[in-house]
Amino acid sequence: MYHYDATDKAIVQARVRQFRGQTERFLAGQLSEDDFRPLRLQNGLYIQRHAPMLRMAIPYGLLSSTQLRTLADITGRYDRGTGHFTTRQNLQLNWIELSKVPDILEQLASVEMHAIQTSGNCIRNITTDQFAGIAEDEIADPRPWAEVLRQWSTFHPEFAYLPRKFKVAISGSLDDRAAIRVHDLGLQLVKNDAGEIGFTVYAGGGLGRTPLIGQKMIDFLPWQHLLTYSEALVRVYNRYGRRDNPYKARIKILVKAIGSEEFARQVEEEWLHIKDGPNTLTAEEVARVANQFASPAYAAYPASTSTLASIATQHNDKAFSRWLERNVHAHKMPGYAAVTLSLKTPGAAPGDATVAQMEAAAALADEFSFGELRVTHEQNLVLVDVPHKDLHAVWQRAKASGLASANIGLLADMIVCPGGDFCSLANAKSLPIAAAIHERFADMDYLFDIGDLELNISGCMNSCGHHHLGAIGILGVDKHGEEWYQITLGGAQGNAARIGEVIGRSFAAAEIPDVIERMIETYLAQRHADEAFKDTVARLGLPPFREAAYRNNESAGEAAHG
Amino acid sequence: MAKQLIKNDQLIDDNWQVIALADEATLEDAAALPIPAGPAIIPALVWLAQRDALRSRADAGDIAVSLAPTFRVEDIAQDVQRFAMIAVEFPKFIDGRGYSTARLLRERYAYRGELRAVGNIGRDQLFYLKRVGFDAFLIPPGQDAAAALQSLNDFPEVYQGAVDQPLPLFRRRTA
Ligand code: HEM
Ligand code: SF4
Repeated sequence: MYHYDATDKAIVQARVRQFRGQTERFLAGQLSEDDFRPLRLQNGLYIQRHAPMLRMAIPYGLLSSTQLRTLADITGRYDRGTGHFTTRQNLQLNWIELSKVPDILEQLASVEMHAIQTSGNCIRNITTDQFAGIAEDEIADPRPWAEVLRQWSTFHPEFAYLPRKFKVAISGSLDDRAAIRVHDLGLQLVKNDAGEIGFTVYAGGGLGRTPLIGQKMIDFLPWQHLLTYSEALVRVYNRYGRRDNPYKARIKILVKAIGSEEFARQVEEEWLHIKDGPNTLTAEEVARVANQFASPAYAAYPASTSTLASIATQHNDKAFSRWLERNVHAHKMPGYAAVTLSLKTPGAAPGDATVAQMEAAAALADEFSFGELRVTHEQNLVLVDVPHKDLHAVWQRAKASGLASANIGLLADMIVCPGGDFCSLANAKSLPIAAAIHERFADMDYLFDIGDLELNISGCMNSCGHHHLGAIGILGVDKHGEEWYQITLGGAQGNAARIGEVIGRSFAAAEIPDVIERMIETYLAQRHADEAFKDTVARLGLPPFREAAYRNNESAGEAAHG
Repeated sequence: MAKQLIKNDQLIDDNWQVIALADEATLEDAAALPIPAGPAIIPALVWLAQRDALRSRADAGDIAVSLAPTFRVEDIAQDVQRFAMIAVEFPKFIDGRGYSTARLLRERYAYRGELRAVGNIGRDQLFYLKRVGFDAFLIPPGQDAAAALQSLNDFPEVYQGAVDQPLPLFRRRTA
């Protein structure tokens, strides 16, 4: 992974000093709340329902075991012992004292981490595929490019006060696992006929109250121009994005208003002025960064020694086989696999990890996976380089720490925002809904029978839980001061990203598990062999599911609310 | 009165008078606005409306223009060399359009005169403002301008090329 040199260190340390000064001025009453807000947000600090919330950056979701231990230490020392991994691959702590934040940032800096630009109207943490560098379908490793972009966007002097936040995601594989089409700027690594690397660029994607899929700007941007083109694009947005209404301030609204072709034309025009300027990337710099993402020293296992199937047969343990089936993923190197440590164990909030779990995951990484981990946008952790021969041991150890629920990609692997329990913007709680669904679908045989199903929950229209992209999406809405839930169907992430459709009027919290179950029964009754839930929905359309959802649903409360 | 203007990293007196125009003013209003004698900062719209009449005063170094966030710098591009000073307005510091305006003035239109940030800015913006090409900062009354001056040194190094340092760090890193 990327290691800071003396300059990178000095920059991050300077930031800690700067924020310490700002915090001291705020606490001494020399900086007003309004003036302090944007400054603290650009250091990941929100003021939430109970206490300040701190969002720490995990650049492109990559962590060393040392870094994860530091996060665990911070979580234990300054919070109540649980951290929340987010869909943007960061870690949030919900019970932080404002005056302690400079110390936390200093501790993060000691392991080459920070909370820079994890919030605020600036370029945010850049996200990518959790299987970067090991995926079989990889065109090129996205991590060096994500690091190059991280450096370019860090303290970018022109773009600290954009109309709204700006999120970048990058995918290096055929199968997009980074949701690039719902980001403000989405980058797909591609190779041209000559084998040269470049990017297909998308812009104007985003969720929130106006969910939109990103539009193609350019088919093949040669890699040398990544920074100048991005600079031109963000400049056009900075100058012409709306600033009169925060709900209409994302780049997607600008792209939609003037049309993606016109927007691309303006970007191109701007770009021609700065193309080939000093910010043009050099082969030396790309090599310098890429070298730091070189593969670890893999052992040479013969290609044919083991397959996941043979490992399953050898151990003959149903629970282990299920874990192999769901939580273990293909690896480009023979004899290796990637392992997802599930943070979706029923009883805990999705994405939450305790101090002990973080430490256990760090220890597993050290022993079995070259000391590295990834955070996924589905809010789980991944060990990417586990030898087949160690899978059983990893499973047993993960199980002992509550990290081995064999539910990756299943209904239980929900993406869920913190919702009304923590977030002051929420219309409704999301964690109790997730808990009720976990409880209803606790039976593993049933979960496996249902198969692949993405269920995402957001507590309000801000869509932090990506509900629009769930095959089933649940959105908290406020009706006359009461918490209700709207359901969408047919969303999808990845290459075929699609915004789900609302099925109809909303439900009370208590109805949700029944509603989900009835829709799933409809699916089970009507599916073709090997057809996933979302494909059955695509084939049949909404009506049978809608009918199932509202059957038996003469809820008095809902009828009264219309 | 305390000095509130920072220029070239020093606190100095400000001799410019500011001539304002109502927000919703039309080109006709701009044409009718009287410009008193002496160094005056006028809205760019007024310059466009009274260009011919003001040209000699501009050439004598008495005219500066101020650019509102919505003003497209392209519209005065051919005149920038005439101004002794250009002021970029920040009615709210969270409105970052002026940062792009400044870079365009310096990098695209080769403006070399004084580029002044005015409005709701303070020490927490100065470092970025300097990077995009501002060399003067009018710190609002009541804020400690001397303390603000210190913040120009908040960071020892920068990653991206911009106006103050056109070369990105990757072209300057020593192995
Ligand atoms: C609890 C504190 C949080 C607050 C106050 C908050 C606030 C917001 C707001 C206001 C937006 C909408 C921005 C817009 O549309 O312009 C947003 C979007 C988003 N948030 Fe959060 N959020 C919080 C936590 C989280 C968490 C925990 C996650 C990850 C699980 C997350 C992930 C996202 C994502 C992915 C979006 C982007 C949706 C889009 O592209 O429009 N946020 N958040
Ligand atoms: S979706 Fe709404 S409720 Fe959930 S974290 Fe985001 S802002 Fe809060």
